[in-house]
Amino acid sequence: MMSGKSLHRAMLVAAALAGLAACGLAQAIEWNFQPPASPIAEAIHTLHEYVMILVTVIFVGVFGFMFYSVYAHRKSVGHKAEQFHENTTVEAIWTVIPAVILIFIAWPVTKTVIAQKDTSAPDLTIKATGIQWKWAYEYIRGEGEGINVVSELATPRDQIEGRAPKGEHYLLEVDNELVVPVGKKVRIITTAADVVHSWWVPALAIKQDAIPGFLRDTWFKATHTGTFRGQCAELCGKEHGFMPIVVQVVSQEEYTRWVADKKKALAAAADDPNKKWTAPELIARGEKVYAANCVACHQANGKGTPPAFPPLDGSKVATGPKAGHIDTVLNGRPGTAMAAFGKQLSDTEIAAVISYERNSWSNKAGEVQPAEVKARRK
Amino acid sequence: MSSIPHAHDPAHGHDHGHDHAHDEHGHHGGYGGIMRWITTTNHKDIGTLYLWFSFIMFMTGGSMAMAIRLELFQPGIQFFNPDLFNQFVTMHGLIMVFGAIMPAFVGFANWQIPMMIGAPDMAFARLNNWSFWLLPFAATLLISSFFMPGGAPGVGWTMYAPLTVQMGIGMDFTIFAVHLLGMSSILGSINIITTILNMRAPGMTLMRMPLFVWTWLITAYLLVAAMPVLAGAVTMSLTDRHFGTSFFNAAGGGDPVLYQHIFWFFGHPEVYIIALPAFGVVSQVIPAFSRKPLFGYASMVYATSAIAILSFIVWAHHMYTVGMPVQGQLFFMYATTLIAVPTGVKVFNWVATMWKGSLSFETPMLFAIGFLFLFTMGGFTGLVLSLVPIDIQLHDTYYVVAHFHYVMVAGALFSAFAGVYFWLPKWTGRMYDETLGKWHFWLTMIFFNMIFFVQHFLGLAGMPRRVPDYPLIFETWNKISSIGAFGFGLSQLLFLYVVLKCIRSGEKAPDKPWEGADSLEWTHLPTPAPYHSFETPPVLK
Repeated sequence: MMSGKSLHRAMLVAAALAGLAACGLAQAIEWNFQPPASPIAEAIHTLHEYVMILVTVIFVGVFGFMFYSVYAHRKSVGHKAEQFHENTTVEAIWTVIPAVILIFIAWPVTKTVIAQKDTSAPDLTIKATGIQWKWAYEYIRGEGEGINVVSELATPRDQIEGRAPKGEHYLLEVDNELVVPVGKKVRIITTAADVVHSWWVPALAIKQDAIPGFLRDTWFKATHTGTFRGQCAELCGKEHGFMPIVVQVVSQEEYTRWVADKKKALAAAADDPNKKWTAPELIARGEKVYAANCVACHQANGKGTPPAFPPLDGSKVATGPKAGHIDTVLNGRPGTAMAAFGKQLSDTEIAAVISYERNSWSNKAGEVQPAEVKARRK
Repeated sequence: MSSIPHAHDPAHGHDHGHDHAHDEHGHHGGYGGIMRWITTTNHKDIGTLYLWFSFIMFMTGGSMAMAIRLELFQPGIQFFNPDLFNQFVTMHGLIMVFGAIMPAFVGFANWQIPMMIGAPDMAFARLNNWSFWLLPFAATLLISSFFMPGGAPGVGWTMYAPLTVQMGIGMDFTIFAVHLLGMSSILGSINIITTILNMRAPGMTLMRMPLFVWTWLITAYLLVAAMPVLAGAVTMSLTDRHFGTSFFNAAGGGDPVLYQHIFWFFGHPEVYIIALPAFGVVSQVIPAFSRKPLFGYASMVYATSAIAILSFIVWAHHMYTVGMPVQGQLFFMYATTLIAVPTGVKVFNWVATMWKGSLSFETPMLFAIGFLFLFTMGGFTGLVLSLVPIDIQLHDTYYVVAHFHYVMVAGALFSAFAGVYFWLPKWTGRMYDETLGKWHFWLTMIFFNMIFFVQHFLGLAGMPRRVPDYPLIFETWNKISSIGAFGFGLSQLLFLYVVLKCIRSGEKAPDKPWEGADSLEWTHLPTPAPYHSFETPPVLK
């Protein structure tokens, strides 16, 4: 018999578990793949269900035998052990049947593998470059050719660090979404600037590693419009969990409009590297660049998280000669986590962020003009 | 060290009935206290050292797992910055694979192989000492990387290039630790192979060896073949880091994917290095508690060999997303699915062994059945993952995390628990507390599934692995998983208590406490096994 106390305790535990289950049910519970949005994703969905049904039937069959044995062949019910062993017929059967089942699995799967690898004749080709910790997209062939966007996490750090309530698309929102037209074959070429990343959008069923120094490709054709969200799938360092991928699939008309608007906006935003800026202008612009590119490691207060990510406040680089500071930002520091920003940021952006770093916290080391950055590019 | 329980002591002093002549004049080679353990060349002492070492590593790696689950209890960053989180992920994996699971089975090999084949000791007794004593130094080196500038490496246990190049000096510590661990494994394996091939008692033909010995013979060959490959991969990373060799750097003519090929050429056999001895233990336990011989002894040996050979030609199924040509994907997919055939043969054999036996369910048998049930689930998710299109969705998600924990924890760890409960009476001369053992099994079983079953759903729904934070839709399963993890971790303290209680005050065990056990250590040796056993080989009919 349970004592009153332990009964009470058991009830508390049961209540806690029930409460947990209830708060679980209050939220959406995901059991399966995300709803498919491409023919390959649909094929994978079907294949997975097919294989799961097969293995579940086999599992129930095999363990049906085992649990029957556990029930009926117990010593405690007086079952006497028979001493049979080895039976060539039985052993041949249980070797051949699984092999045959495998053929039934392999056949439909093979067709999907071949379809998945067929990146020929795309309508639109986009290069996705993984950079610690964001994605750069270049529309390199098809409608929209020439558009470049850098896409990074839009979730504010306050939400991540628990100082603000988390939004609906927490960690799955970016500043610049990848916009593509519906029903068109989109080829994605992946590569990376630093370490291996992986470009993954579950609803479109593509996951392709982005490998520094190499080009790889994959494709998708979205079956309907909508916003599809994914994340980097390959461990790529500190902010690996914070470099989402958001694909916005739009109608052909909307896409054409988007391309026109984007091209206009890009032309307007192109900075003239020879323009002379005032210090406050540069610093204000630099603060934005810093928040987007530097703050994860060097922190908002410039103190960094040493020793891997050194402080900028009072640092020799950020208060010393301009040339050294510019070189560090342009080329990175090989062998450390400091990335090369020369290819990702314009001269103006680099000049702005350097000016910000040299004139923030306790630093007072003067501003840097875009022309000075341009001069130090090799 | 002196607190390490002494496998032989309980019997010493009040049970001289079967004491060996050596016991009279200093049976521990003349040393007492800590020097006994440092200088020992006795396979039983070394087996004990391996087992305690692996338990300490299990608790160390386990606390890191709990830190990971603590951070993942709710969305947002609460306890550990992402950098430290990655360090925990890396060290948890390395410690569990190289520090906990592998040494645990080498511990079993040391204790059991000589006794099961009727040999007096391992073939190279001093080498055996050194194989073990490399491990504490390797572990110290590995764990001290946390205290280096930049901390431990945050690259995952797979240590993919070129992320390794960005790490601090802790990466070098880890690489050297892997070298030492590999050396220990290779030396241990050479010793095991030599012992099995040369030191069997007359009449103990290869096809009469207990299956545990067979699985270790095959495992040892896998180790000798695979560990140098890992050493090569990490050494190439080391020279890339410091000497500008560019093996894995495209800018210097290298290829980051080359690292992955080399690593997984080691990594997939490694899976079977861990799984095969576990199969061996289960193949001893199930017949013993079914009171019936193993159904297909010969086919089990052939299946084990087939798995070992196949394990060398399937490595790239870990890399379907790197962008292999379609022929490569198809080859590795077909080869991988083939592993299901010999694995199926094993599962069918175990079930057929139980069929029409006379079953009893002491703790070793419970863990063996738990193994059989859950390992098969891990096998089926493995089949799902072997299929390229499905894997492309699931690669690097929590589905994979769930899959390999079903294989490593419900597979290897459950079987190690089965082995400890099975042989503890023989090792210590005392019985463990059966009620507490059963509690340990059921808690472990329930909490294990609570942690890992739900992770299949997380992976299917799209949660990547190795992330310190996650989108809100994944919250419920993560909470359940984290609660399971704390329960699982705490349950293992009960295991420690059961073992200590057995050593200190367990009831005296009979020579053959398990009715159906039939290998030499049960039939030809007293309990506890004397410090020196089979100095004259047993006579086998």
